[in-house]
Amino acid sequence: MSLTQAVFILLGGMAVLGALGMVTLRNLFHSALAMILALFSIAGIYVLLEAEFLAVVQVLVYVGAIAMLILFGIMLTRDIVGRASAVRNRQWPLALAVSAGLLAVLAVALVRAAWPLATYAPAQGGVADLGLALMGPYALPFEVASVLLLVAMVGALIIAREARE
Amino acid sequence: MIPLTWYLVLSAVLFCIGLYGVLARRNAIAILMGAELMLNSANINLAAFERYVAAGSVAGQVFVIFNIAVAAAEAAVGLALILAIYRSRDTVSVEEVDLLKG
Amino acid sequence: MLNHYAFVGLFGVVAILFPVAALVVGALAGPRRPTPAKRARYECGLVSQGESWVQLRVQYYIYALLFLVFDVETVFLYPWAAAYGQLGLFALVEAVIFLGILVVGLAYAWTHGDLQWR
Repeated sequence: MSLTQAVFILLGGMAVLGALGMVTLRNLFHSALAMILALFSIAGIYVLLEAEFLAVVQVLVYVGAIAMLILFGIMLTRDIVGRASAVRNRQWPLALAVSAGLLAVLAVALVRAAWPLATYAPAQGGVADLGLALMGPYALPFEVASVLLLVAMVGALIIAREARE
Repeated sequence: MIPLTWYLVLSAVLFCIGLYGVLARRNAIAILMGAELMLNSANINLAAFERYVAAGSVAGQVFVIFNIAVAAAEAAVGLALILAIYRSRDTVSVEEVDLLKG
Repeated sequence: MLNHYAFVGLFGVVAILFPVAALVVGALAGPRRPTPAKRARYECGLVSQGESWVQLRVQYYIYALLFLVFDVETVFLYPWAAAYGQLGLFALVEAVIFLGILVVGLAYAWTHGDLQWR
């Protein structure tokens, strides 16, 4: 086993550990911290894929902004002390069966599939190529993304702010 | 040299954990976190396929960036909805929010 | 290529080891004579009041929301800036349109008083 494979196993293990903590921890705040561990490990996975920009974006947006938003959401909607409700709902055994079944099917399919050209190719250039793609073939989605962000921002502001008397 | 399958299996594991979180948790914010994890696992897939199968193209990374923008919008609006529900119903448990149930 | 990141990994290992070592050494070597005042929660040097789990105000959420939107905007503009030398006027117009659409949102938040701390 090479060093990069060991690093992958370490990062992947951290990501899976964080994800498991996220879905099982009782305290929602701790659950969010476990999610941050998983998101951070995924940034490391991007580095292994030589997609450095994605790694930076992962830390900047997911760890820096989305996780913070979720933590604020938790602090704002925290249940009153002493009214701790159950973590799982009544259908959790079914949910576990569905998830585990899907994982088994996916694992078998993924391992048996013969992917075309499934060999590692070195990175082709960096962020500038991404910029050329965003400004060229993906120009329209680029503009639509800003409309999406605008709609999300205004919509969330209208929904979230308290009604003024 | 890491085989492509490793990335795909990691992404499948994360996706299924996120799916379990979405299906089994009661707190609406925990469900949202599960959805974010599922989006992240899809992003790993996109980046891995770009590097191993479509080498020389940046389409995978472009898709990941758009996916992140969508995830950000989803988290923003989703959490705003949860805050609004919490304000009017004083709960974030999805089982207690059943206004539309006949 | 990936070897450059060995230093980042080394940095991470040191960053984890240093506080752990400091805490372990402190726990092993330090004398322990607790008094109620020493065991109290630290809150800026004042006597702490109430629970540590306080209910935040929705204003925090609104600021975090605006931060998130403009954070994602940076993600889109950074590749544009990196490729600026190879792009023409059209790309500048695209970026200005992109920014203009988001400034509308900022103007909305501003005029509706969401940026005001109440």
